[in-house]
Amino acid sequence: MSIYFRRRLINAFNLTVSVLATLFGLFWLVWLLWTLLSNGLPWLDQRIFTEITPPPGSSGGLSNAIIGSLIMTAMGVVLGTPIGILAGTYLSEFSRASKFAPVVRFVNDILLSAPSIIIGVFIYEVMVVNMGHFSAWAGSVALALIMLPVVVRTTEDMLRLVPDSMREAAAALGAPQWKVVTMVVYRAARAGMLTGVMLGLARISGETAPLLFTALNNQFASTNLNQPIANLPVVIFQFAMSPYEDWHHLAWAGALLITFTILLLNILARILLRSRNLSN
Amino acid sequence: MSEISSSTKDTFASQQAGERPEAGPENSPQIKIDTGKTTPPPQSDPSPAKIAVRNLNFYYGKSQALKDISLDIPEKRVTAFIGPSGCGKSTLLRVFNRIYELYPGQRAEGEVTLDGRNILSKEQHVNEVRAKVGMVFQKPTPFPMSVYDNIAFGVSMYEKLSRYSMDDRVEWALKKAALWDEVKLKLRQNGTELSGGQQQRLCIARGIAVKPEVLLLDEPASALDPISTLKIEELISELKEDYTIAVVTHNMQQAARVSDYTAFLYLGELIEIGDTSNIFTKPSKKATEDYITGRYG
Repeated sequence: MSIYFRRRLINAFNLTVSVLATLFGLFWLVWLLWTLLSNGLPWLDQRIFTEITPPPGSSGGLSNAIIGSLIMTAMGVVLGTPIGILAGTYLSEFSRASKFAPVVRFVNDILLSAPSIIIGVFIYEVMVVNMGHFSAWAGSVALALIMLPVVVRTTEDMLRLVPDSMREAAAALGAPQWKVVTMVVYRAARAGMLTGVMLGLARISGETAPLLFTALNNQFASTNLNQPIANLPVVIFQFAMSPYEDWHHLAWAGALLITFTILLLNILARILLRSRNLSN
Repeated sequence: MSEISSSTKDTFASQQAGERPEAGPENSPQIKIDTGKTTPPPQSDPSPAKIAVRNLNFYYGKSQALKDISLDIPEKRVTAFIGPSGCGKSTLLRVFNRIYELYPGQRAEGEVTLDGRNILSKEQHVNEVRAKVGMVFQKPTPFPMSVYDNIAFGVSMYEKLSRYSMDDRVEWALKKAALWDEVKLKLRQNGTELSGGQQQRLCIARGIAVKPEVLLLDEPASALDPISTLKIEELISELKEDYTIAVVTHNMQQAARVSDYTAFLYLGELIEIGDTSNIFTKPSKKATEDYITGRYG
């Protein structure tokens, strides 16, 4: 048996194994999407977007939950993004010789991998207990706290991808460091940083556990930030656990809605990242 | 113009007065060559030093990269720095605009004067130094913005120009860098989309646009093809009309072609500095001769 034949054999074997592994992973994803589509799509009509969550046995939709989720996710992004970007900028640009930065990075990594229910319990303790009631505010802060480490991490990683030669070139023109960072480095890393925000957004838009402890739920259409507010993940949780057939249908429709929104966000983030790679 | 000539007279005077006592015993013969005999033959009087380096030591953390360097860089001349990799020539260049300060752990000791003012002193604001001393790096580093904004970025740091004056300045810098004809229809295009040679000339244009007095070129043509290299070399010869130029190069033919003075560095020490024609025809040190004839080893 010649050495070339043996190499080809080994190659064929490895190729087969890795393709099979890929197919195995894809199989579950496709199955999941298929289940969601077949169970959710029949119930995804316009009432989902126009009517509020019904009592069992009557017609209704998910409009209050969709609006509540949008409000809290948006507030989470608004709270989490600027802090995350500034912290990531500190770690990448302003802490070269600092002993504090590795500590921040380590703590951030812990926060990144903390189970979201811990975040929920924490916000319950510091906000819900002190305010005396569940509220959209508490939900938003919990979501922001989950998003924060994602943004910190991706911002730092993306800024580090910008070569030092770019910083040197800008500094050599006499630009002060803050201008080097905001006008040159940010611009070079813009698409990547935006991707980080999108990934954070995708992460929090499906979070259930922290909302159970903070925003709870609301059967009615409420946009009062000081009151409990309806939201898709908790509605899905509650409706799916119920014994009522029509609530199950709404839960499937809601699950489909969230999944495809997240899928869309991820695809959008991919496209942004790709356009960045092309321009450089 | 009158301002420049008076200031050069000052530096010349200070150079003659201040240099010999300060220079170490090892270096004084070379400095003598530099200030006295290095004048190119057609030149009737020596060009005064724009940058004067005295007893410069440089450290990367604990390892010393430059050892007691003393030399002068004459005004409106091209001074080339040659030497094998790791000899410290790029490091020396990076002291002249204090760009090494971006990295903690790198430090310079000694004195480097620009027009008689010590740029290494703590009181000297670093961005003021960099406004006068522009730098072009080995790899082209266009900013991820339009060709126009690449140039306007630096200019807007120092001057509030009207739209028209900025247009003029951009055109002026691009013409000076021999790039205008190639990009005048692509000013809004991203600078990263130009070819490598064009990107490097864009970086030179960007450096010139802020009107510095000194240009540091760190192997400006080493990443370029021969035609782009030729353009850069022609550009260097034209720019020395207005600027003091210090260029680091691996390419000895290039040093011979473009420079008036050549300094040879080896293992962090200045071996020899002098007239380029002298260095390449009758170097006074054996090490220099070995290096330029390719017999290093």
